[in-house]
Amino acid sequence: MNPKILLDDKKIEIILHRLCCQLVEQHGDFSNTVLVGLQPRGTLLLDRLKLMLSGMKVMNLKTGKLDTTFFRDDFRRKEEPLNARSTEMNVAVEGRDVILIDDVLFTGRSIRSALTAIDTYGRPKSIELLVLIDRRFSRHLPIQPDYLGAQIDALQGDKVRVVWDEDPIKNIVYLEKQNA
Amino acid sequence: MKTLSVDHLLGIKYLTAEDIHLIFETATHFKEVINRPIKKVPSLRDITIANLFFENSTRTKLSFELAEKRLSADVINFSAGQSSVQKGETLVDTVNNILAMKVDMIVMRHPYPGAAHFLSQQVNASIINAGDGTHEHPTQALLDAFSLQEKLGDLEGKRIAIIGDILHSRVALSNIYALKMLGAEVRLCAPKSLLPKHIESLGVSVSTDLMSTLNWCDAANMLRVQNERMELNYFPSTREYSQYYGLTLERLQQLRKEIIILHPGPINRGVEITSAVADSSQAIILDQVENGVAIRMAVIYLLASKLIIPVA
Repeated sequence: MNPKILLDDKKIEIILHRLCCQLVEQHGDFSNTVLVGLQPRGTLLLDRLKLMLSGMKVMNLKTGKLDTTFFRDDFRRKEEPLNARSTEMNVAVEGRDVILIDDVLFTGRSIRSALTAIDTYGRPKSIELLVLIDRRFSRHLPIQPDYLGAQIDALQGDKVRVVWDEDPIKNIVYLEKQNA
Repeated sequence: MKTLSVDHLLGIKYLTAEDIHLIFETATHFKEVINRPIKKVPSLRDITIANLFFENSTRTKLSFELAEKRLSADVINFSAGQSSVQKGETLVDTVNNILAMKVDMIVMRHPYPGAAHFLSQQVNASIINAGDGTHEHPTQALLDAFSLQEKLGDLEGKRIAIIGDILHSRVALSNIYALKMLGAEVRLCAPKSLLPKHIESLGVSVSTDLMSTLNWCDAANMLRVQNERMELNYFPSTREYSQYYGLTLERLQQLRKEIIILHPGPINRGVEITSAVADSSQAIILDQVENGVAIRMAVIYLLASKLIIPVA
């Protein structure tokens, strides 16, 4: 069975443009704002937003890439080990407006670990959340996005995949059913 | 996803090259963590670790304790001098009593070679060998190789000299295993009386000539003369030893190229290495200390990840 395509390249492009406009509306010249992509897949979304924002004349954007492995709440609870990825936070967050960026918001547990992890770099003035996809009705924690690409409904065992520039596909979001 | 091939860290001998690379990769991430304003992660908040030191230690004990605390583990410390070991309690009884207090991991230093291996077969906990007599000191070798890799890049084909009291050194043996596993060439240099017989069988070359060894190598690990383990006189005098095997600035300046200097500590300044060399830009002794915390965090984290909590 073929996976069901939720968003194609054209729709993703429109959504990214809208998200960038919302960010500019809220954060102006971004002088006190830091965009933080969550490893591994949030950083890919961050790269695309950066590119689009630079096309909208937003200069000197402050960005970072954050891995939250050591802050996750499922350590020792899975047979599969948790291997960390690199963190590149060469930017101060103390007193700044931080926007966490991830591709899919599911249970909210990754975002909870990111909220703890970002604190180890200082105390931000505020933290917001931007996601491309919100899998609604599946949250384990009271966490909601401030900037949202699209909402989808999927069963607990289903997988929502975001693919960025993987030849021959450009960008798509698709759904893998659990019994497919 | 990757995991260690072992449940205990008893020695480098029991690891694979993949294990060492995984430890290095994880240590790189922890090195970034310990340079943050808040240097702590919550991963091991439900783990208790006992540090059992049946032999003196300063930096290894502090380094392990700091690594454990940076991972949020609960830590208890034990020194043989102030314990019931003095009243005749056996090692297994001592450890089982500690484990009855719900301890998950044991970090142990012991004067007898094989003590950590023995313990791993007797008790139900993860064991990390923090030095067993003249046998192995795996975390020291890992941090030495990690520090070398930071400076030299991939160690494949690199030439590393280990100079000094090889005979009594657990650091030397663990370093040989680790460096060979990572593809480095290893040469040992010492007076004949401080070289173990048949050590070449480990795939290393041996020399008694300090200057030719220094000219051969990319990095030199200077070992301390372990007077406390010597029951005989292995050389006529400390002065003569330092004259033939001590690393001085003059000797470094005579070399054809700049080499990296390591020392596992504690340093006997003026014996195996002069103050001028120990404090020079070529020495990475303090990098080794910093990396020691990151390497120990990585080892503890990776071993703890195997202590799976059953989900109801």
